[in-house]
Amino acid sequence: MFHPITTVHYLVLSAALLAIGVIGVLARRNIVIILMSIELILNAVNINLIAFSHYFRQVSGQIFAIFVITVAVAEAAVGLGILIALFRNKQTVLADEINLLKW
Amino acid sequence: MNFLDTIWLIPLFPLFGAAVMLLAGKKLDPQTRSAGHGHAHGTPAGKLFISIFCPGMVLLSFLWSAAAVMQLAALPEKVHQVIQHTWVAGLPFQMAGGTLGRFSADWGFLLDPLSSVMILVVTGVGFLIHVYSIGYMGHEGGYYRFFGYLNLFVFFMLMLVLANNYLLLFVGWEGVGLCSYLLIGFYFHKKSAGDAANKAFIVNRIGDAGFILGMLLMFSLFGSVRFLDVNQSLAGMRPEVGFGVLSLMALLLFIGATGKSAQFPLYVWLPDAMEGPTPVSALIHAATMVTAGVYMVARSQALFRLTPETSLAVAVVGAFTAILAASIALVQNDIKRVLAYSTVSQLGYMFMACGVGAYWVAIFHLYTHAFFKALLFLASGSVIHALSGEQDMRRMGGLKDKIPVTYRTMLVGALAISGIPGLAGFFSKDEILWQVYSSPWGSPALWAVGLVTAAMTAFYMWRLMYMTFYGEPRVAPEAAHHIHESPRSMTLPLTVLAAGSALAGWIGVPKLWSVFPDSFRLFEHWLEPAVPSVAAHGVAGHAAHAVEWLLMLLSVGVALGGIWLARRFYLQQPELPERVAQASGGLYTALTRKWYVDDAYQALFVNGLAKGGGSAMAAFDSRIVDGGVNGAGWMTRLGSQLSIWWDTWIVDGSVRLLSFAVKMASFPARVLQTGLVQSYALVFVLGLLAWLGYYLSR
Repeated sequence: MFHPITTVHYLVLSAALLAIGVIGVLARRNIVIILMSIELILNAVNINLIAFSHYFRQVSGQIFAIFVITVAVAEAAVGLGILIALFRNKQTVLADEINLLKW
Repeated sequence: MNFLDTIWLIPLFPLFGAAVMLLAGKKLDPQTRSAGHGHAHGTPAGKLFISIFCPGMVLLSFLWSAAAVMQLAALPEKVHQVIQHTWVAGLPFQMAGGTLGRFSADWGFLLDPLSSVMILVVTGVGFLIHVYSIGYMGHEGGYYRFFGYLNLFVFFMLMLVLANNYLLLFVGWEGVGLCSYLLIGFYFHKKSAGDAANKAFIVNRIGDAGFILGMLLMFSLFGSVRFLDVNQSLAGMRPEVGFGVLSLMALLLFIGATGKSAQFPLYVWLPDAMEGPTPVSALIHAATMVTAGVYMVARSQALFRLTPETSLAVAVVGAFTAILAASIALVQNDIKRVLAYSTVSQLGYMFMACGVGAYWVAIFHLYTHAFFKALLFLASGSVIHALSGEQDMRRMGGLKDKIPVTYRTMLVGALAISGIPGLAGFFSKDEILWQVYSSPWGSPALWAVGLVTAAMTAFYMWRLMYMTFYGEPRVAPEAAHHIHESPRSMTLPLTVLAAGSALAGWIGVPKLWSVFPDSFRLFEHWLEPAVPSVAAHGVAGHAAHAVEWLLMLLSVGVALGGIWLARRFYLQQPELPERVAQASGGLYTALTRKWYVDDAYQALFVNGLAKGGGSAMAAFDSRIVDGGVNGAGWMTRLGSQLSIWWDTWIVDGSVRLLSFAVKMASFPARVLQTGLVQSYALVFVLGLLAWLGYYLSR
């Protein structure tokens, strides 16, 4: 009755998460949400890595996923730090109000 | 004792006197105020020392000179040169001929008949005037200063006449000019005296410029300024036809002489020089310094006899000055100014004689003039002394019996200058008139001018005598009650000079008077070989003798006529001068205004050239010089404005145009760069998708 969960399901889930993350990064204004969306993208990548690791019976994908998690943590810490510094200077956390990176 | 080799000592005696007076005189005469009319009394002993020492130095010079002249007379060639020291040595220069000469001048002395006459006149008359000054200046302040200057003057004058070259002569020439300046301005607290001193100094500078130029020309032609060398160079030359370089040289030297000897147009300083004390007027401005020009021309006779053109100019200037000054003297009321114009006039006579080439006659007149003019000045000083400083003849009169010695001596002087036979002035003046008439360079026209001047001379001298000594006394009451005869120290020189004025001419009687033996023509025999005339004595023959007698009678006649006219005008009919003055109208005014010469000089040179020139200079300065600077500033500003415009619009403009072009070109790229992180991320994603789409659709 129940279909076993196959690799394809994982991949679809991963793709869905990626799409949600990308849209979040591109469309949301609040930088906190953007950082969260980036987490979604990274976790979509993790699911993808683990799915293929399971499928190919190789453990290296899982190890790589742990690396990704580690880097993501560091990334979150650095990103939030930048965000706080930015807020102190600009009194805003909205990405469309920060447009210094131009000519 | 050899006095000839020690003639260099003659000027040194008075120099020593001057040095002592000017360095230590204040100690000798300490209570003397430096200048003032007040009665100042120095210590009697100091004053006595000055009164003996200074005239004594001049007397020593006189005795030394007399001894030297006697030894000179014994020499066969009658020339003695002593070169003490070469003063300016061996500077090479290029002469006019192109050859290289060596410039040199000596501290050297020359005694010849000409300079021997001069030193005897200078020291002899100078000594008498020194003695006179003891009495005249006794109550004046600055006693030691006066004698110091006077001794210094005698020193420079002796340098002038004893020098053996033109440069050393010029040293003396400038030195006597300096002493003249100091003594004219002796009463320096009086502005008129200071002005007169300046005038004398400045007018003399004009003449001196001519002298210097003439001397330089002489250097470049002959390579030497020693009299003997120059004469030797000139000896081989022929008289110059037309106006050449020798004439120019002679003319330049003569310009120097017109300044020092007060000839037209530079005579204006001499009447003003009467601001000085009267002994100074007698010594410097009558007897010695003003005759330096005549001496210099006679000394340069070798040059002048080769230049008939310049000699004509000398004669004409002399004649013109003689009659001009005599005419001004006719109406002067200041007793000293009459004598001053008279001096100018007599100097004109001397130059007339030089101009017609009768050099020894000029020196003869110089010699007699020194006696009678010094006498007249000193006597006038005695009158002024008696009247407590009054100089205006309109406030004199009737002094004949009150100051008899002064009157009698001045009478001799007046007779002598008028040309009464037997007195000194007659011999020299008559000889000049005869030479002017008979010399190949002379002319009857010049003689006529001389004759008219002689008549005028007699008239103004006797006008002076009658106004001063005869008639009703017109003396101011405060001066009248202490009229007194002058002290012995003043009357003694007067007496000696009166004797000289009476007798000095007898050593130069005319050749015409052949009854007298040759010894009565000593002066001519002494000088004629040294300064030979252009012509021998007139034209021989009885006709010429008759003419000479006639001329002599004429000149005596006009002299007596002048005296008679003065007697009528000023003694018998005192109202007559006033009537004549009114009848003559403009002529009389012109005479009292001295022919407007001083006014013309004032307008032309003082106001015109000096002040007008000054304002012209100021205008030039503010308009041209400042204008140039301002114009340069304006030009710089204009240039910088242009440069700014160029910089702003062309240089900056092109740079800005370039940047504008870049900006315009970069517009599409700039639009992409929004600065929003998310838009960049969108571009990544779209690029990724495009790449993916391409990859999958392949």
